[in-house]
Amino acid sequence: MREEADVVVIGGGVTGCGIAYNLAKKGLTDVIVLERQVPCVGASGRCGGGIRQQFTTDANITLAMESVRLFEQLSVELDTDIEYEQGGYLIIAYEDEVDQFKRNVRLQNSLGLESRFITPEEAREIVPLLNIDPIAGATFCQTDGHANPFRVVHGYARKAQKMGVEISKFTAVTGIVVEDGQIRAVKTDKGTIKTNTVVNAAGAYSRDIASMVGVSLPNKPYRHEILVTEPVEHVLDPMVISFKTGVYFSQQKHGPIIGGIGDPEEPSSYNISASLRFMKRMARTVVELVPAFGHLNVLRQWAGLYDVTPDAQPVLGWTEGVDQFCQANGYSGHGFMIAPKVTELIAELIVDGKPSMPIDDLNLKRFEGEITGEAYVVG
Amino acid sequence: MTEIVCRCEDITEEDILDAIDQGYTTLEEIKRVLRCGMGPCQGRTCIPLITRIVARKTGKSLAEVSRPTTRPPLQPLPLSVFAGEEE
Ligand SMILES: Cc1cc2nc3c(=O)[nH]c(=O)nc-3n(C[C@H](O)[C@H](O)[C@H](O)COP(=O)(O)OP(=O)(O)OC[C@H]3O[C@@H](n4cnc5c(N)ncnc54)[C@H](O)[C@@H]3O)c2cc1C
Ligand code: FES
Repeated sequence: MREEADVVVIGGGVTGCGIAYNLAKKGLTDVIVLERQVPCVGASGRCGGGIRQQFTTDANITLAMESVRLFEQLSVELDTDIEYEQGGYLIIAYEDEVDQFKRNVRLQNSLGLESRFITPEEAREIVPLLNIDPIAGATFCQTDGHANPFRVVHGYARKAQKMGVEISKFTAVTGIVVEDGQIRAVKTDKGTIKTNTVVNAAGAYSRDIASMVGVSLPNKPYRHEILVTEPVEHVLDPMVISFKTGVYFSQQKHGPIIGGIGDPEEPSSYNISASLRFMKRMARTVVELVPAFGHLNVLRQWAGLYDVTPDAQPVLGWTEGVDQFCQANGYSGHGFMIAPKVTELIAELIVDGKPSMPIDDLNLKRFEGEITGEAYVVG
Repeated sequence: MTEIVCRCEDITEEDILDAIDQGYTTLEEIKRVLRCGMGPCQGRTCIPLITRIVARKTGKSLAEVSRPTTRPPLQPLPLSVFAGEEE
């Protein structure tokens, strides 16, 4: 492990590896990524891989749209098939959601996103197995989709390594040395690395990293569970989701259905065990929407952590009080889909001093005032 | 002649050795990169084989390599079984 680096990135998920790649692409290769276990072991390797642009805040819609542009060329750029598919996202609308969803579509359209409100019958044309009895309509955006998170993370990591970045596995950060508000070094269980610049991309553990230098993040960890079924013939193009029930599911390239459901009663914790309660809620909700899926065998279930902020938008950029300490966390359950753009912007901030798109509204400072947030929190 | 080690996902011994050469030296990583052990049998047949290959190639003991955690359910069950149960 090197003893000195221009930039130390903490966390080997899609954020950390993506930032390392984008720094190297901009010519800054004296970078080390510190990962407590192995790349992809955190939320990135546990997520549903969904890529959605249908959000309700300007910031999230724009970051997601810009990311889709980058996802479209990522397989070529990273020399690896990221299994990207644009089958769309179908967002189920129940009766009391219709007016709000129509307003959301108007906002999305005004930002250039081609989402639209459709009838239950139109929804069934897109998903022939859908039971439309309980639904009042849906919104649909064809350019939404999904990709394989392992491929994306390992693609970023490998390409970054080829350009000179070091990725140090099994290296846990234990402290950060700060003198007079300047970062001097990062301490790990494998030794100390001298540096002036640190990126906090530790996912749900980012608040622990920040607290090492006395910075308090409002982020809280929440368990989210997910399951995968046996592979079946291709029956489902889009990701189907509902904000009312919190469910989402899609069919992966090689055939399995993968999906999860949020639980309003889940307390904030670092628990990532799998529960029977999830399995029952998930099964009931999915089978109501797609009765034919009742026959599918579940192969495994697991859980990961959402790193949730009070407004469900990420915390990005420099930190007041500690020079050159950059936050890239708080993704609140949608960090994979915006990673391509976010990691590019963070690299621009570090190398050029200014990102090509303003991210000031996403700075940690915003939590000092009043908060207006993202209403769509699901995969 | 390369031998299939994971029948569910069609992964050969050579695929495993290549992954190790690329720096994926733990079962956790190999499983994620190649998807071996993630098929319908959930690795019951292949993980012991892969563990041995990794141990031999990296010079670690079988215990050090060990197997990644299994995730429930232990036997595949249809969704309808869970949908029907009471809370
Ligand atoms: C079940 C589930 C489903 C999801 N579905 C989707 C989806 O469909 N679409 C989507 O966009 N998002 C989804 N998400 C959210 C998405 O997974 C995350 O927002 C994203 O992966 C965050 O990536 P990250 O790199 O910031 O964090 P992580 O992937 O969590 O990486 C952080 C890394 O930091 C490491 N680390 C922590 N502490 C230390 C330390 N002290 N020293 C060194 N390393 C440390 C950890 O080991 C970890 O590898 C889902 C999340 C879950 C849990
Ligand atoms: S043989 Fe490898 S998962 Fe079944």
